[in-house]
Amino acid sequence: MNKLTLAIGAVVLAPFIGGLIQGFDRVLTARMQGRKGPPLLQPFYDILKLLRKERVVVNSQQILYAYMHLAMMVLALFMLFMGQDALMLLFILAFSTLSLVLGGMSVRSPYSRIGAQREIMMMVAYEPILILMVIGMYLVNGNFRLQAVFEAERPLLLSMPLLFLAYLTVVMIKFQKSPFDLATSHHAHQEIVKGLTLEFAGPCLGVIEIAHCYEVAFFLGLVGLFWLSNFWIAAVLMGGVFVLSLLLDNLCARLTTIWMFRFMWSVALGLALTNIVWLYWH
Amino acid sequence: MKDKVRFDKSPWVVHFNCNSCNGCDIELLACLSPLYDLERFGIVHVGNPKHADVLVVTGSVNYRNARVLKNVYDQMPHPKVVVAMGVCAATGGVFRECYNVLGGVEKVVPVDVFVPGCPSRPEAMMDGILQAAAKLDEKRRNPDVPVAVSTDTVVRLPAPEAARPALPADTASALATPMEKIA
Repeated sequence: MNKLTLAIGAVVLAPFIGGLIQGFDRVLTARMQGRKGPPLLQPFYDILKLLRKERVVVNSQQILYAYMHLAMMVLALFMLFMGQDALMLLFILAFSTLSLVLGGMSVRSPYSRIGAQREIMMMVAYEPILILMVIGMYLVNGNFRLQAVFEAERPLLLSMPLLFLAYLTVVMIKFQKSPFDLATSHHAHQEIVKGLTLEFAGPCLGVIEIAHCYEVAFFLGLVGLFWLSNFWIAAVLMGGVFVLSLLLDNLCARLTTIWMFRFMWSVALGLALTNIVWLYWH
Repeated sequence: MKDKVRFDKSPWVVHFNCNSCNGCDIELLACLSPLYDLERFGIVHVGNPKHADVLVVTGSVNYRNARVLKNVYDQMPHPKVVVAMGVCAATGGVFRECYNVLGGVEKVVPVDVFVPGCPSRPEAMMDGILQAAAKLDEKRRNPDVPVAVSTDTVVRLPAPEAARPALPADTASALATPMEKIA
């Protein structure tokens, strides 16, 4: 019962936490570039504004896909806090991203389609790492349920250090940070205008932005999973990952999809597989 | 809890260069630089009219780009405001006597704020965008809120007849003519 309350609380609080993290992200990025930056609550202003704008849609499926993206993301977060099956969680997560891809593909704009194709490439690049991470959790705890991770004494990071490094790249991809901000980004207008979310406008875009708040909260929450036994160490890990992703975002240029694919399937996958082999023979 | 949402806290700007010499465009981009930093007002420079609240137009309108400007404006979801940046966007500027130039931006879309200057200074640009953004809330409640100049009240600029080739006489017919006809 306590777990259920926690999960519901997480689902309610996640958009606020995710929004704050994104606001902090924008302020910190601005400071790194020598600018003042927007107010901390800027993502909330943006989302509230978008929800109040006129509803302009290209086709009715688009609305469904935007809401499905949000609903699946909420479900994924709920499952994470309920300690559900991690494999199932991955499928729900993939379904969430896939809804967005379908939404991007449902219109005829070439920019939107390029963004959607890039998002698919990104999924192909990071999904194996996530699956290997779940397999790693299984090898450590002998159970696919996240509950086993919650109950484990030994922090996951000590058994899966290389998988943690590989997971960092997944976080970078999911946060749409350089060098991986390929599918949709505020910084890529010359190239793909707004990519995947190009044809979503007004409230639909607002829904996608809310889903992104959940996404940010979810993937940072997953970082915390690596050191559950001590809250402060988990918080330091999450903060470290967040600041590192911002630092890399400001240091790197946006690179190509094929570069990302090669990097993920050689370096990141190599790290993850090495960790799995080590866990297997351990 | 009546209408707490403030549109002026996050005006997203789409910039359209009609027929400009690029001076105003460069000054607008200077607004995004660390020195001026438009983002501190929550302003984001977007590339997509569907995401935008403020349309910033630089340069004068001519027969070729009038329908493009109209199209960009029509794609923006309501509420939306238009800022005419620089003297060319206001009246046609140095280009107003050209045979192909229709005049200022207000010939095609209703303009909320005119920013003077050739080019406008970045400070004036920021002020113009923020003044326009302040009208967004009012526009959402009442779409017919008065604008600085609307398309119906425009006095057409007289152009030298001799210099003008056989082209559609005014904006309305220019917009109605297919692109191939006037090429």
